[in-house]
Amino acid sequence: MPDLLIELFSEEIPARMQVRAAEDLKKRMTDGLVEAGLTYAHAHAFSTPRRLTLALEGLLGESPTIREERKGPKVGAPDKAIDGFLRGAGLTRDQLEERETPKGAVYFASIEKPGRPAAAIIAEVLEDTIRNFPWPKAMRWGTGSLRWVRPLHSILCILSDEAGTEIVPFSVDGIKAGDTTEGHRFMGGGRFAVTGFEDYQIKLKRDHVILESDERAEHIWNDATNVAFAQGLEVVQDKGLLSEVAGLVEWPVVLMGDIAEDFLGLPPEVLQTSMKEHQKFFSVRNPKTDRIEKFITVANRETSDHGATILAGNQKVLFARLSDAKFFWENDIRVAEAGAQDWVDSLNNVTFHNKLGSQGDRIGRIAALSRELAGVVEADADVTEAAARFAKADLSSEMVYEFPELQGLMGRYYAGAAGLPVEVANAAQEHYSPLGPSDDVPSAPVSVAVALADKLDTLTGFWAIDEKPTGSKDPFALRRAALGVIRLVLENDLRLGLDTYFDWQLLRHEAHQGEDALLAQALLADVSAQIAQHGVLGSVVRTVQDAVDGDLPKYISDLRDSLPDTSKDLLGFFHDRLKVYLREQGVRHDVIDACIAMPGNDDLTLLVKRARALGGFLGTEDGVNLLQGFKRANNILTQAEEKDGVEYSFGADVKFAEDDAEKALFAALDAQEGAISSAIEAEDFAAAMGGMAALRAPIDAFFEAVQVNSDNEVVRRNRLNLLSRIRVACLGVADLTRVEG
Amino acid sequence: MASTDSKPRSFQEIILRLQNYWAEKGCAVLQPYDMEVGAGTFHPATTLRSLGTNSWAAAYVQPSRRPTDGRYGENPNRLQHYYQYQVLIKPSPPNLQELYLGSLEAIGIDMDLHDIRFVEDDWESPTLGAWGLGWEVWCDGMEVSQFTYFQQVGGHDCHPVSGELTYGLERLAMYVLGVDHVMDMPYNDPQTPIALTYGDVFKQTEQEYSRWNFDVANTDVLLKQFEEAEAECGKILAQDHIDPKTGKRIIMVHPAYDQCIKASHLFNLLDARGVISVTERQAYIGRVRALAKQCADAFVLTSAGGYAA
Repeated sequence: MPDLLIELFSEEIPARMQVRAAEDLKKRMTDGLVEAGLTYAHAHAFSTPRRLTLALEGLLGESPTIREERKGPKVGAPDKAIDGFLRGAGLTRDQLEERETPKGAVYFASIEKPGRPAAAIIAEVLEDTIRNFPWPKAMRWGTGSLRWVRPLHSILCILSDEAGTEIVPFSVDGIKAGDTTEGHRFMGGGRFAVTGFEDYQIKLKRDHVILESDERAEHIWNDATNVAFAQGLEVVQDKGLLSEVAGLVEWPVVLMGDIAEDFLGLPPEVLQTSMKEHQKFFSVRNPKTDRIEKFITVANRETSDHGATILAGNQKVLFARLSDAKFFWENDIRVAEAGAQDWVDSLNNVTFHNKLGSQGDRIGRIAALSRELAGVVEADADVTEAAARFAKADLSSEMVYEFPELQGLMGRYYAGAAGLPVEVANAAQEHYSPLGPSDDVPSAPVSVAVALADKLDTLTGFWAIDEKPTGSKDPFALRRAALGVIRLVLENDLRLGLDTYFDWQLLRHEAHQGEDALLAQALLADVSAQIAQHGVLGSVVRTVQDAVDGDLPKYISDLRDSLPDTSKDLLGFFHDRLKVYLREQGVRHDVIDACIAMPGNDDLTLLVKRARALGGFLGTEDGVNLLQGFKRANNILTQAEEKDGVEYSFGADVKFAEDDAEKALFAALDAQEGAISSAIEAEDFAAAMGGMAALRAPIDAFFEAVQVNSDNEVVRRNRLNLLSRIRVACLGVADLTRVEG
Repeated sequence: MASTDSKPRSFQEIILRLQNYWAEKGCAVLQPYDMEVGAGTFHPATTLRSLGTNSWAAAYVQPSRRPTDGRYGENPNRLQHYYQYQVLIKPSPPNLQELYLGSLEAIGIDMDLHDIRFVEDDWESPTLGAWGLGWEVWCDGMEVSQFTYFQQVGGHDCHPVSGELTYGLERLAMYVLGVDHVMDMPYNDPQTPIALTYGDVFKQTEQEYSRWNFDVANTDVLLKQFEEAEAECGKILAQDHIDPKTGKRIIMVHPAYDQCIKASHLFNLLDARGVISVTERQAYIGRVRALAKQCADAFVLTSAGGYAA
């Protein structure tokens, strides 16, 4: 059983692609080999900046011979049939075998596909793998047509067993496979031949290449923590950075350097970000002072001066970088201490989106909405509005211009410098949250209000200009924004009807797009007041329209026509996101649909309360049976209503009841209806479901004993009206007609 | 010339060593293009010559202008006018990385003491409709060069592929010479009777251009010139390929491309004056790209572009 070793040696592969590429090499090669009949015992893939390597142990020396038997025509069948069979099998007539079967003598063909040597199969599969490799980005070079991530220089491809080593004869685009490779670019000793994987790994190490990326990462982390520990310091963990750095070196050498005293006053996040983003340095913290005081850089080589020149160079580059950061920080603090008004003002000149106005316009809208939302979260309206007005100020700062990932965090520092209340500082940082499904949701009332307003403004804005997500395209991250709103509402148990806030904010967007700014503002005030009074838009625009004399701007009538649909469509988008969110938590989609069909479905907390109660109830035997009873009642009733062309909804009277089961159902409904509706009123959906559960037995007994469609028309109608009481009682929590089963 | 194993002593010595090195390696040492450009890539020796099938090897210094980077000569390493050293070889030779590393040794960087790294950095020029894959080259954590294999220029696939090397000369020289502020860097040999620093040569011009770029340049004139250059480029290329006077086939790609370069620089000036909004920016870049594309389309119809009649 031979072992196979493949190395694809190229110019430097981007660090972020290496590990994935090694896995792809393994998968494509092993899939291809196995498909051709070459099984193996173990497979290992490796990557360094300059090579992808695959080692397969215990490969079959050749693919197995495959024998297949085919049954042909009867002996004595027409020649045409027999010739056709021979063509298909690739045989001649004298190779056929006659066999007796219960149906007489029949020809049988035995076809053999001979096995092929491993080398031939490997050459084919490797060529296919190289030519179709799934690099995220590939390129051509020189005069060739082959695509690889960077120029591919050599291919090592050998089969080895006790008898020796053979090169797999193979070439692609002029690169011929061989048995040689080379070590470190600067510390290696030129090309060398290898006889197998063990030999390969040993010779690479001799020539200063650690083949395994995990081993390099471990080496870096151990050395880094050791040099830090020796000085009473600790390295700030950063797994992403560690694996990136492990992909930038073949022979890692850890060097620790000082951060000049001048820079130790910078916020630790700034030091960390600047060192990581620009220089790929690790931060080293002093646990006594809790400051970042040193850095670790990882060189790709040893030198005769033990890295002194390299460290001095890195230190110099860092000095320049941190001088920039310090310059930004000091300028920013000066602006912040003066109240940061310059930043807020300058956002008026920054475009947010060409159809949605400037960042200043956006902040104005968010501030207004935040104020309206303050009541919902029981926050002080003035502080909330102030927080919203400051929340984006740091976007004008030099630091955030340089390091966009520090947005929000810098806002918190600058709010402190500006002497603003701590709620404002926290909201500056927290209003971006939650960013992803695992990100924490803020709970401080002011932060929650601004976070909601920010996201709702974005969503309504892009809905107003009809830039909704389609398929996989969501350039403005609107799905994430909607999920953010959902989590803010649910995890803080907030009660609010989203519709009102949609309308409010859609109006603000429309007013922004109106041509006559003054009139727009006046109308906006009127309409907003109407919304505040009546809750939702509905006919409010019409009322305003009636109140205004003379010609109306066209956009007001457009608004009347379009706004309710836009608002409804946006709510539908929220419901879709909510379904995805709840499904991940195990709530059935039909349960959610049944609850979305109820009134007040823009109150997400109420909606989810219903869904959880219904989901729980349907998990019980009572629930399942009641659902059956309800459906039966509802079907009979619906059919009768369709046939008779009337709605049976009122007037069931116990005096027309003939059967005991019928009377018992009247009694049960009399007893439960009140309880159910008051439980619903109190939003105690579980109790309401409990009330419905009590109807289950009487309903079952009723259907057991009674034929609804009686010959007596009075009795029939009375029974239909009785079924209608079941329908009403059971539809109070959710639309059970939408529940499956 | 100083021997390559001693350290260079001035900015100009570094340039001279690069010139000698690449001349020895077989490049035609060209002179800077005589127009204002944002980077060495704009020189027709790179942009146009990377197109078509003909082989090419050239090296040159290119003064480059980035009006928005002006800092009145105060910033230690930011300038609105600086020098790039540019090498373009087509087809890219298999040992281009080794050739490049040799050039670093030639300017006095000892490979045994320094840590040279090739860090992923894909290059794209939206104004030239060009992109390529490669690296920024780090020396002890500092970016010293850009190394790119051109894949597309002016919307055309490059075949064969050119290898392009771009050195930021001031930054590289400051590192090699151990200088912290660009203006303090010796321009010629400091031992010479009339020793000049980079500041002696350029400090005043940095101030003058910074003021002009940011506050004085007449934006109405610039806008008009942009429109004119754009129109002229199209007009030149719309001419009949056969010159009526000589009866020869003469496609005027280079004169047209000059107009494209002009438009690009005028856009940079307008940008520095802050009169181009975020949304307009994309539109201007698209207009310059359209010119570059037309020039590229025309160049591949010429003999330098590999066209065989």
